[in-house]
Amino acid sequence: MSILLDASARVMVQGITGREGSFHTEQMQALGTNVVAGTSPGKGGTTHLGVPVFNTVADAVMATGANASGIFVPPPFAPDAIMEAAAAGISLIVCITEGIPIQDMIRVKDFLRGYPSARLLGANCPGLITPGVAKIGIIPQRITMSGPVGLVSRSGTLTYEVGSALSASGLGQSTIVGIGGDPVLGLTFRDVIELFERDRATTHLVVIGEIGGSDEEHAAELLGRGSRLKTVAFISGRTAPEGKRMGHAGAIISGNRGTAKSKEEAFRQAGVAVAETTDEIVGLLR
Amino acid sequence: MKLLEYQAKEVLSSLGIPIPPGVVARTPAEAVAGFEKLGPVAVKAQVPVGGRGKAGGIKLAKTADEARKAAEQIIGMDIKGFKVPLVYCEAALEIEREIYVGFTVDRDARANILLLSAKGGIDIEQVAEESPESIARLYPNPWRGPMDFELTQLVYDAGLGELARPLSAIIENLYRAIPELDALTAEINPLVVTKKGEVIAGDAKLEVDENAAWRHKDLEERYGGVVEGDPYEVEAKKRGLTYVSLDGEIGIIGNGAGLCMSTLDLVQRAGGRAANFCDIGGGAKAEVVENALAVILMNPRVKGVLMNVFGGITRGDEVAKGLVHARDNLKMKLPLVVRLSGTREEEGRKILKQNGIEPGANAWEAAQKIVELATMETPTPAAARPDLPAEEVTLEHPS
Repeated sequence: MSILLDASARVMVQGITGREGSFHTEQMQALGTNVVAGTSPGKGGTTHLGVPVFNTVADAVMATGANASGIFVPPPFAPDAIMEAAAAGISLIVCITEGIPIQDMIRVKDFLRGYPSARLLGANCPGLITPGVAKIGIIPQRITMSGPVGLVSRSGTLTYEVGSALSASGLGQSTIVGIGGDPVLGLTFRDVIELFERDRATTHLVVIGEIGGSDEEHAAELLGRGSRLKTVAFISGRTAPEGKRMGHAGAIISGNRGTAKSKEEAFRQAGVAVAETTDEIVGLLR
Repeated sequence: MKLLEYQAKEVLSSLGIPIPPGVVARTPAEAVAGFEKLGPVAVKAQVPVGGRGKAGGIKLAKTADEARKAAEQIIGMDIKGFKVPLVYCEAALEIEREIYVGFTVDRDARANILLLSAKGGIDIEQVAEESPESIARLYPNPWRGPMDFELTQLVYDAGLGELARPLSAIIENLYRAIPELDALTAEINPLVVTKKGEVIAGDAKLEVDENAAWRHKDLEERYGGVVEGDPYEVEAKKRGLTYVSLDGEIGIIGNGAGLCMSTLDLVQRAGGRAANFCDIGGGAKAEVVENALAVILMNPRVKGVLMNVFGGITRGDEVAKGLVHARDNLKMKLPLVVRLSGTREEEGRKILKQNGIEPGANAWEAAQKIVELATMETPTPAAARPDLPAEEVTLEHPS
């Protein structure tokens, strides 16, 4: 069992003919992910990596029944690619692209309200992987192992670090989800934790947060209301210097939330174990 | 990118917001010329950080002599780590009342929020804490912006109904900074109502999204590079790196902000202090690794470098090639500990080994090792120290 992604997913890749798109499509196929289509405007009708290529997502969905998409297109085109996928009926949209302007993402988030069945993961995220079954994105299969731990993270590389440590200790994962590090995101910690809570195959949870925003605080609040998952949280950035603030607007709306201290305290108050280094996570989870 | 006050005001003025007349002065003589043109002026330090008034960066000048003295005192002073490059001499306003208006990104709501309060001025954060209801809020639709009736509601909610017409116009124009400039935060505090009844921007803050720089090349050309920042950060920016200077002695290179931050945390835990934060990001190329190392080695405080790369989209072979190339080019003579793992790690490790660099096993061990090596007085070549594992490679400092 898993969340968001299982063997039934019919995956397409937007930007499949690009350098990163090609490289990671091969990695996704190597794991056994059912990649049914790709898009690359102007290259419709061709085949790439054994996959039919279409000019638009709507064409790809019509021809192949794709229901999940990984987006590997450059920042100027990624917002439109997300909206195109939602409008074509894709229900899981995973945007790997880093560096999308925040105002574009705010408009995309508003657009997605019109497509309540479309879930967006990212942008600027490593995607997700259900070990041994399927993946969309760039999380390397070798760090994963099938098992009962749900792993959700804001950081890409820290996810690999922790996934790798869990696997080395024999603690496999149900699904690993990288929600991404941008200020304006699709799925939040809360959204993903709610899904893990409902997945009977997941019995343990690792949450890897970082400084900034208050998604971790909201997740802690949710877990504090009662959870069947044995949970460990880790926050990176305890020693990062505070950014030099210019105006007051940020402080007016967020107060003192956002620091590593605030996040760690929120988790502790919710009864969640907090690891001080990533090496402590495995010990606390057992 | 955070704009300076005079830059932000230039932008706001171009959007149709009234600003007082002002003159930029890089020397005391220019400040005197400003006084002669404008009469009594506020001489204001131009730094991209708040709290300059409390730091002594704003002085009122009623005579030419006072303008000169104020400029002499303020230009070159240090405000929260920024050396003041110039002052802005602005015609003094006769203040009747002060209003707060601004917008920012509300991360929780994934939306822009407009804020308006009748209680403007330097204590606005206290106002927010003690009487949050006195700050009116609006989340405009991000595709069409605020509607007129929404702005009217905002103004009345803030108890500023008697100023509905000028305020609505100012807020509508301020909001244009979002679609037209990719602004993330803009703030006019105070928005001054003068004794004559004009509504005019007393101060201005504006931050634009660097991720959208490709849409606004003119902004960077016009406003970038005025503030003399940290020399390593300036160099890093030229080379397109995500780099922040810190005050320790261990250079850090990592891929991904989270991993990089946790590497800083580990170095501190091991008893060392990081000299920088440097995220080489996803898809890091050989050239990027070399640039990162070159910038770190410019800093004479650096006594060792820890590189922590766990690859997803970043390929181990490219990272290794970049590192070997950088070492050869830069001829460093400092300890270097490399932790490399992830996509194509076998190829990466092979390249490192072929070139005499043994990759480390895990991040915590690597952090302890670099702290140990960096605190030794003279770096010793790894080859001459058979008791040490081979992953420490000794390189020459370029200077």
